[in-house]
Amino acid sequence: MDTILVLLHTEADGRLAKSALEALAAAVDTSAALGGAVLTVGIVGRDAKAAAGTVASCGAKRFLAASGPGLETPRYGSDAAAAEQIAKAAGATIVLAPATSRWCRVLSGVAHRLGGRSDSHVTALKADSGSLSVTRWYYRQRFEAVLSRSERPWVIMLDPGCHAPWTGAGGSLGSPTPAATPEDVMVAVSAEAKRTTVTGVQAPSAGEQTIRPDAKLLLVAGAGWSKKQPDGQTHVPEAEALILGFLKKTQASLGGSKSIVDMSGEGTTAFKFMTHLNQVGQTGATPRHPKGLSTCCHGEEPHVVGWRFVNERRAVNLDPSCGWAQGKADVLYVADAFAVMAKVNELLKG
Amino acid sequence: MTVPTTYEIVVCAGIVPDPLQTLEPVSGPGGPALKNEMMLPNVLDPWAACALYEAAALVKKAPGSKLRLVSMAPKAKLQQVMMTAAQKAAFELIPLDGPASGFADAAAVAAAIAEAIAAIPGLDRTKLLVFGGWESASRGSGAVLEIVGERLGILNQFQGVDEFAIQSDGSFRILERIEGGKHQVSTLAAPPAVLGWATGSLPEPPNNPQVGMANMRTVMPALQKASRVPLGGAPAYTTVALPAGRRTTKIVKDVPVDEIARDIVAWISE
Repeated sequence: MDTILVLLHTEADGRLAKSALEALAAAVDTSAALGGAVLTVGIVGRDAKAAAGTVASCGAKRFLAASGPGLETPRYGSDAAAAEQIAKAAGATIVLAPATSRWCRVLSGVAHRLGGRSDSHVTALKADSGSLSVTRWYYRQRFEAVLSRSERPWVIMLDPGCHAPWTGAGGSLGSPTPAATPEDVMVAVSAEAKRTTVTGVQAPSAGEQTIRPDAKLLLVAGAGWSKKQPDGQTHVPEAEALILGFLKKTQASLGGSKSIVDMSGEGTTAFKFMTHLNQVGQTGATPRHPKGLSTCCHGEEPHVVGWRFVNERRAVNLDPSCGWAQGKADVLYVADAFAVMAKVNELLKG
Repeated sequence: MTVPTTYEIVVCAGIVPDPLQTLEPVSGPGGPALKNEMMLPNVLDPWAACALYEAAALVKKAPGSKLRLVSMAPKAKLQQVMMTAAQKAAFELIPLDGPASGFADAAAVAAAIAEAIAAIPGLDRTKLLVFGGWESASRGSGAVLEIVGERLGILNQFQGVDEFAIQSDGSFRILERIEGGKHQVSTLAAPPAVLGWATGSLPEPPNNPQVGMANMRTVMPALQKASRVPLGGAPAYTTVALPAGRRTTKIVKDVPVDEIARDIVAWISE
């Protein structure tokens, strides 16, 4: 019988993020689908024990917690040691974790230490006749593969937004459920592993928060915004104002095509708030949002992977046959994005 | 601790099909593969290429440093990619004649790369900086560099790196991508370290034929001597398929802007 460890970490404020609760729910479902595999919850980070209390009723047999000064901020050496110790304490054959930056930094290395294998960016899990398979994408979201592994432990990192979060009732430390009492896991971190010092978090230099992973809407801006308009002139400041105005009113997240992001990086007249962090597509991100609106984007299939995981898609584009939208968007508005977005912003005011 | 002023930089970079190519999966004798894989034009993996450019810039800042490029791919494909890549930066190529497929197992690839790095004659590991892309454009696992680091005993690792700056005291300041478009800032006194690069901050260098000619004098003999690297341990693939079909796109044309805007606002508000 498998032992599933769902490995979570707390955020800076000691809470479990939505992605952690998604991984927990996936682990609970997988445990049941595998015929009652033993479920253990392992939590690393600030206030790990208190966080365990908030998921006390999830059905786990054990709760393991590792916290302490060295584990409050993400760092390879200490996080890897904590994950390794928890996995060993749990006797895990399957380790399921959210594919956060913190876990993606360390868990493949941890899988190696444990003599197992890892798969990141998993989008679905399926247990069939007692065996587990996972779905993930290859070649930058061009192919979807279903695969399984015989090596154990198998470390699986589930992408955020791929499973409904766990919503059960919490508990408290020392609650009537004995399993809810977290066990401390002592983490020995070598001096070599502590050489890295995390000094803080840096927000976007332009001062505009334009990436919002939990936003309901993704606005994708293409290079067309920086091109000459019918009057023969570029209108970059106006485009900036329209895009930022839209983001402010809708709290949407902003994605950019490679061409416009590269223009910004090369210091040409492009958007100050657009960096490579905004880039979506082949060499950028493929964010998950319920809705996506692309504006002034052009290109064929390889470029379109940027909104592969956006459910409802609409595009504003002057070319009705553009490969970015044809067959990829649900609705294509053939119109001038400057005029459309100005009117949209005006309507959103009301 | 004495902070070194020169570095042994090893860039791990695979090759991938040109991103503009149309790709189609097929079943091969060894598992899934790309249709006409040997015919597809290839490029240096994009994020790993960023790592190479950053490494080359670091060598300029720390004269006397060494830059090596470890790459696994079929020899013929690697030679084709080197014709361009070798014009971007001066390096010593350490080729591994193995599959470039994204379907190969990351742990097996990492084992071969770590072995190749460990076998570099005279490598001073106290100065070692292992660079690479934080994810490949083929497998996209982000696993290889981590495992390479583990195999080499390197416990200071960074992923999604956009900046690596040498400070006045010789220590490093490193920016890693985290959620929400932010960076985590860390410092590290000295090597060894593993850095999986995201985009970084440098543009692609222009082709320099002189650098290319100098590189190719060592690249070609290295390619000729490269021995075959067998890989195992790939997962069992049940299916590998293109994503489900096209959407039916409703074209809204010759409609007043006001009407389009109202439609968009109504859709956003749903």
